[in-house]
Amino acid sequence: MLSVNGISKSFRGLKAVSNASFEISEGSINALIGPNGAGKTTIFNMVAGVFPPDSGSIHFLGKAIHGLRPDEVCAAGIGRTFQIVKPFAGLSVLENVMVGAFLRERREPGARRAATTILERLQLGPKRDLPASALTLPDRKRLEVARALATRPKLLLLDEVMAGLRPTECDLMVEVFRGLNREGLTILLIEHVMRAVMALAQHIGVLHHGEVIARGAPQEIVRNPAVLESYLGEEAEV
Amino acid sequence: MTRASAALAVLAIVLIALPAMVGNYALSVVTLILYFAYTGQAWNVMMGFAGQLSLGHALYVGVGAYAAGGLFFHYGAGPWAGLWLAMLLCVALGLVIGFLAFRFGVSGVYFALLTIAFAEFTRVGFDHLDWLGGPGGMFLRVAQRDTWDILNFRGPPLMYYYAILFLCGAALALCNLLLKSKAGYYWQAIRENEEAAQALGINTFRWKMLAVAISSAMTSVSGVFFAFYYNNLFPEQIFHISRSIEIILGPIIGGVGTLFGPILGAAVLTLLSDGITEGLAAMGWEIPGIKQVFYGVVLLAVIMFLPNGIWPFIARKLKL
Repeated sequence: MLSVNGISKSFRGLKAVSNASFEISEGSINALIGPNGAGKTTIFNMVAGVFPPDSGSIHFLGKAIHGLRPDEVCAAGIGRTFQIVKPFAGLSVLENVMVGAFLRERREPGARRAATTILERLQLGPKRDLPASALTLPDRKRLEVARALATRPKLLLLDEVMAGLRPTECDLMVEVFRGLNREGLTILLIEHVMRAVMALAQHIGVLHHGEVIARGAPQEIVRNPAVLESYLGEEAEV
Repeated sequence: MTRASAALAVLAIVLIALPAMVGNYALSVVTLILYFAYTGQAWNVMMGFAGQLSLGHALYVGVGAYAAGGLFFHYGAGPWAGLWLAMLLCVALGLVIGFLAFRFGVSGVYFALLTIAFAEFTRVGFDHLDWLGGPGGMFLRVAQRDTWDILNFRGPPLMYYYAILFLCGAALALCNLLLKSKAGYYWQAIRENEEAAQALGINTFRWKMLAVAISSAMTSVSGVFFAFYYNNLFPEQIFHISRSIEIILGPIIGGVGTLFGPILGAAVLTLLSDGITEGLAAMGWEIPGIKQVFYGVVLLAVIMFLPNGIWPFIARKLKL
């Protein structure tokens, strides 16, 4: 579904990502892990169209998407959340999600219905009329997800949506994503919270210094010596 | 009927019946209020809805006024022809400014500076355009009339009052429609966070251009009204930055991004500043520039105590 082939990106001579490749198959849940500064968010931003890769290619559903703008990538069927949440603070929770829904709905009532359904699903229903600025961090994270879902993506990119959540809130998110995945949504998450990664991901890629050093199922990854050395360390016991 | 629409209906009836109740002076004050309300509403589409700060909206008023005024002055063509030329020119200008800004990432304060620059060099340009009167001004033929010559938009003050009242009503309806449409939601998303808006599939360039086009087209109509109501046009006055500031004070004081803010703000500003000038004159004091000082004081007070403007505060109190 998504195929990333040898993409690289440098910022002022500093190589953030070098020659990274991976494939994501339809209907799967995938995680990209690695220490801070490993290049996870950079890869993410290249897929989402924030900036193009210096070299390499990205294909989604058979079409090249490297070099497209973020809105074009979204229209192609890739939704994303932001690590640092970016709610439309002056709008209500419902209106925030409606903005996303308007991508596939021309008229206001349709967008309102679609947004309401999604809010219910993420348990934000009772808060729909609050201004987004009044939400707590966990709720804002959920709003990010709700807004991205409203664009009806085929592939959802999640940038550290579990960070800052309590374990119970984290488990709730995991349940939501499992449910969405069962309905056919493909997911790629960047995550530090290993509890969530292990609970969700079927495939894991490990980044270190901008390079993919390991790929495989969670059980393989936690036993991979290179991964243990560079990243997981004692956390492998999780 | 909700409380809000009931209040609006009462206001509309009062305004329609007003000429029967008040004299010519009061009517001219209300005409001025409605003029600022309409122009503020037009500016609000760009800044209040889409978050693009224009400090040069006098540009569109001026170009609109000179386009329709010029056609009438030279060829005797009424404003119904001039209106289209005015809109066309203003939208084209707006799109040029918008293209330069949005294509090359000029935003925020720098965008505001760009709008000032365009208004200023247009002012200088018109000073050298002798065909339209240059710095000496252009004067439209005036004849005292009691009959409504709607084709040429010549008539008694009453006609201009109803014309601007109609424009205000139309602008309010249009803005209400826009805010509730996809465009309104997209503009507000861009205003709140452009990056997040783009990630939700919004072509921010295109939607910002649409806001500029609608705002400049609406503002050009105020220019046409201005030309035929005041009948004399001077580049130094119509394009001046103080005119641009005057346009935006109403919506800022009333409430940026709200539907009734521009109307309320225009009323508050015009009534109070006229009241102060008149009051002082009655006491035998004539203080030049008192209006500007007053504008500054009101602006300060609103920013300090009601940063969202007066209208959101009143709407909350009245539960509208």
